[in-house]
Amino acid sequence: MKLTLRIWRQSSPAEKGRMVEYPVEDISPDASFLEMLDVLNEKLIADGEEPVAFDHDCREGICGMCSLVINGTPHGPERNTTTCQLHMRKFEDGEVIDVEPWRAKAFPVVKDLVVDRSPLDRIIQSGGYISAPTGTAPEAHSVPVPKADADRAFEAAECIGCGACVAACPNGSAALFLGAKVTHLGLMPQGQPERWDRVVNMLETHDDAGFGGCTNTGECSVACPKGISMDVISRLNGDMLKASVGGKKKR
Amino acid sequence: MAVTGGVLVLFLVAHMVGNLKIFMGAEDFNHYAHWLRTMGEPAVPYRTLLTVLEVGLVVAVVLHMWSAVSLARRARAARPVKYEAKKKSHAHGYATHTMRYGGVIILLFIIWHLLDLTFFVVNPKGGDASPYERVVADFAPERWYITLFYVVAVLLVGLHLWHGIWSAFQSLGLRSLRNEHTLRVLALTVSVVLTLGFLAVPLAVTFGWVS
Repeated sequence: MKLTLRIWRQSSPAEKGRMVEYPVEDISPDASFLEMLDVLNEKLIADGEEPVAFDHDCREGICGMCSLVINGTPHGPERNTTTCQLHMRKFEDGEVIDVEPWRAKAFPVVKDLVVDRSPLDRIIQSGGYISAPTGTAPEAHSVPVPKADADRAFEAAECIGCGACVAACPNGSAALFLGAKVTHLGLMPQGQPERWDRVVNMLETHDDAGFGGCTNTGECSVACPKGISMDVISRLNGDMLKASVGGKKKR
Repeated sequence: MAVTGGVLVLFLVAHMVGNLKIFMGAEDFNHYAHWLRTMGEPAVPYRTLLTVLEVGLVVAVVLHMWSAVSLARRARAARPVKYEAKKKSHAHGYATHTMRYGGVIILLFIIWHLLDLTFFVVNPKGGDASPYERVVADFAPERWYITLFYVVAVLLVGLHLWHGIWSAFQSLGLRSLRNEHTLRVLALTVSVVLTLGFLAVPLAVTFGWVS
């Protein structure tokens, strides 16, 4: 395949970036999007140019490290797929492809396509945990969990924290990420002790990080490589109301 | 947004029911308009309850706008560098994207509508006529552009409600996977009924079914 890439190049956080055009040739339709970028980078290195920096790790679609807004869509055109699992056969031969980093005030560009997603880590630190006594693992059946709750919690726990929801949101909100964490932990008996503190503290950290507010446009859920449904945001809102207006948050 | 929006939806339902009284004739319609002002009498003086309701509505509208403006400002601040690629939307569709500019157009319409039928400034009949005469004069066939303006505004209100009603349940944490379908149908039904109800009066006058 022959393609024209328009890639965001920015050498440092302080520098003003710009889109740079790169033609690439002989790309296998079976290559992943990241492998295609590897081919480009090998050529750039051979030519003595600076390779394009992009985030990646497992390349199996489970680590949440890869990103990229491809032709205006986070993780590219295929639904429920991370960039590393996206194959070049999804593109037309000769296509012009725009490649940009996640755009959010909370996600400053580190270099080229790499952004700093540590605000998501700070949100987790402020409430995305449970208090558990250490020691030998308890008998698995000692804490019964209704099957439906376990399934819903598991679906929410599929969130890999990649930040595509923020990148897709017209408001730059991380509500889907927040909702996934609050739902995942709030549905389980182990998550109950911190349930009301969690939602208040995580939302506070979210807002302080400079993310926008949710207006229920639904773009997040479509962009989510794990297909997390927007009903987790309803649960987030419900828990937030119960914790604040409902006075459930005590500490 | 959800709470104030809910108040405004309830108002719209009452407003539409009141409007439709025009099909029962001039006397019924004028009597209803008078009753709005004498509600609660003799317990409270003339126009007390109506004024209370009006103040409540103004508060709801102002808070609704304030929430919308602060969300829009936060959104702008949250993405200082825009995407180069053309923005693509994959979700909910047209109604969702009309919320902000649609809201502004609805506000402009409300201002005109109040000047027209509350303060009679831009009404052809003015304050001395009966409510029925004012409505009939307003949507007369030769003033088709006024009718058109009302129709466009009502359609925008319908779109606003279609997304807004569903969104309100989501914002209040009342939506789940189980009631998702019900809420979508509810939002669509309420917005269609209200749109048709509000379109009925101006169109009926323009086409001469009410005169």
